[in-house]
Amino acid sequence: MKRYYPQSEKTRRKHLLPAWAVTPTFILGVVIVVIALIMAIFPAQIAPYDPTVVDITARTKAPSAAHIFGTDNYGRDIFSRVVWGTRIDLSIGFFGVLVPLIIGSIIGLLAAWYGGWLDSLLMRISEIMMAFPFTILVIAIITILGTGTINLYIALWLVGWMSYARLVRAEVMTLKKSEFIEAARVAGFSDARILLRHVLPNVISSSIVFAASDMVMCMLTGASMSFLGLGVQPPTPEWGAILNEGRTYITYASWMTFFPGLVLAITGVGLSLLGDSMTDILRRKGR
Amino acid sequence: MRRLNYILKRLLQMLPVLLVVTIMTFLMIHLIPGDPARIMAGEKARPDAVEAMRVKLGLDKPLWEQYWIYLKNLVTLDLGTSMKFSRPVAEMIGERLPVTIALTLFSTALGLLFALPLGYVAGLQKDQPTDHAIRISTLVAIAMPSFWVGLLLMILFSVTLHWLPAGGWDATSLFSEFKCLILPAFTQSLMTAAILIRDMRNSVVDIIRQDYVDFAKSKGLSAGAVRRRHIIRNSMVSTVTLLSMRMAALLGGSVIIETVFALPGIGKLTYDAISARDYTVVQSVVFLFALLVLVVNLLTDIIYSFLDPRVEF
Repeated sequence: MKRYYPQSEKTRRKHLLPAWAVTPTFILGVVIVVIALIMAIFPAQIAPYDPTVVDITARTKAPSAAHIFGTDNYGRDIFSRVVWGTRIDLSIGFFGVLVPLIIGSIIGLLAAWYGGWLDSLLMRISEIMMAFPFTILVIAIITILGTGTINLYIALWLVGWMSYARLVRAEVMTLKKSEFIEAARVAGFSDARILLRHVLPNVISSSIVFAASDMVMCMLTGASMSFLGLGVQPPTPEWGAILNEGRTYITYASWMTFFPGLVLAITGVGLSLLGDSMTDILRRKGR
Repeated sequence: MRRLNYILKRLLQMLPVLLVVTIMTFLMIHLIPGDPARIMAGEKARPDAVEAMRVKLGLDKPLWEQYWIYLKNLVTLDLGTSMKFSRPVAEMIGERLPVTIALTLFSTALGLLFALPLGYVAGLQKDQPTDHAIRISTLVAIAMPSFWVGLLLMILFSVTLHWLPAGGWDATSLFSEFKCLILPAFTQSLMTAAILIRDMRNSVVDIIRQDYVDFAKSKGLSAGAVRRRHIIRNSMVSTVTLLSMRMAALLGGSVIIETVFALPGIGKLTYDAISARDYTVVQSVVFLFALLVLVVNLLTDIIYSFLDPRVEF
């Protein structure tokens, strides 16, 4: 029963991804992100060694055929640790952004739509939060909550929602006065219907574009916090935490810091390239 | 005179924000799970030592009175005594603040130095190979973790080439201090430059299409004058706003970069204080960072009023 009509399939695909959007940078971004996703989903199949098993006989070995990224001071295979770390770092990037994206957008939507005390409260809170550097706010929250992966997420969520709330608020503010919203109101639609069917689809794209670049920032912040020993704790193989462990041995075992950081940077570039292409697509479609 | 009024008005607007910031930093110690007196006295402290600490910190008084005392002390720059280092916190901050400020200004200057010409060229040559190359470079610069870049530069310039000190602080002369700041400042400047280049490029792309640029050219103004007076000056308006946000980020990033390079600044102090669970110090530095950001924002508004004559006082 599954018969596709080639023509309609073609037009549908054309709508999803126009030919001009498939640039070399876009393809590179897709390739990097897909490889990262495969590493995150199937680490057991890719990693040649157990990422946490200590092997005293293979301590601080330089990269070789057996250990392509070398080994650390406990004889653990760096490549295996980096592969297993992909799952953690991508999760921090993804979930660290997803929760603020949803909650922040809802808050921004409601604040702009209903105005009043909710709106004033949002603006005052964001004013206060803007007074702190982002990193300091995350560090302060982790200091209060204690170190660890879950508290790192909570800190990222508590700090992250505000950008989305402000972004959506600003968009809704201008949209509120437009004619088609006025028409929907005159037609007697409920607030919920207007917000979900008419306002949200028109304001969410800028949030999603921001989320794409925010994901890289979130992943880097997570890695930085773990690097400082405030986020994911060793022996869990998180890229920042691996780097922190290797820092002591930097003068004679630089591979311990070089490779985890390189993979982190490449993943970040891949996500950025993809995010940039998405921005272009949404911007051109918007015209 | 009107500008002075404007500055005073902005200062007054800062006060309520600053007040809420003090409430937040004050509550920080009380929000940490557990008894603050026990945390400060140490895990293994005897009960009488904990009680002594409670009285010493004034934790036996009602919360509002504690806050009032905190506020009064803050105004007189009495930030309490560090638990681990047994020294006045204000003194410790005073020693370290110049390093962080020098680092922040140095990396901002470097960032601008890279960003202005590159952003301008990218904007002029939109969608040409130069523009693409610059765009990809900025993307890479943003995605690279600063602590990793810092460590790599350290391996190259300190461990291998021995050109620059591998972290630490050499206060023998101004030049030796400058040498200690080169690598950390360069590391921090990369992301600043990348963000500014992207903004500058987009501004230039928009501005060179404007009628006033065409008009300036057609009235016979030299290419250099058009560039200086019309293109660069106008594209700087958004750069200044972005720069103030970047400076806040640089101050926050100092925790990471100063830890990597072992620079004795506020960032390193924050890291050491958290590691040592020295909450009096943590509380003070968090407040200090907020204060610095507010000062940067105020300065930005003032610069803005000079740069853009349309700004309303």
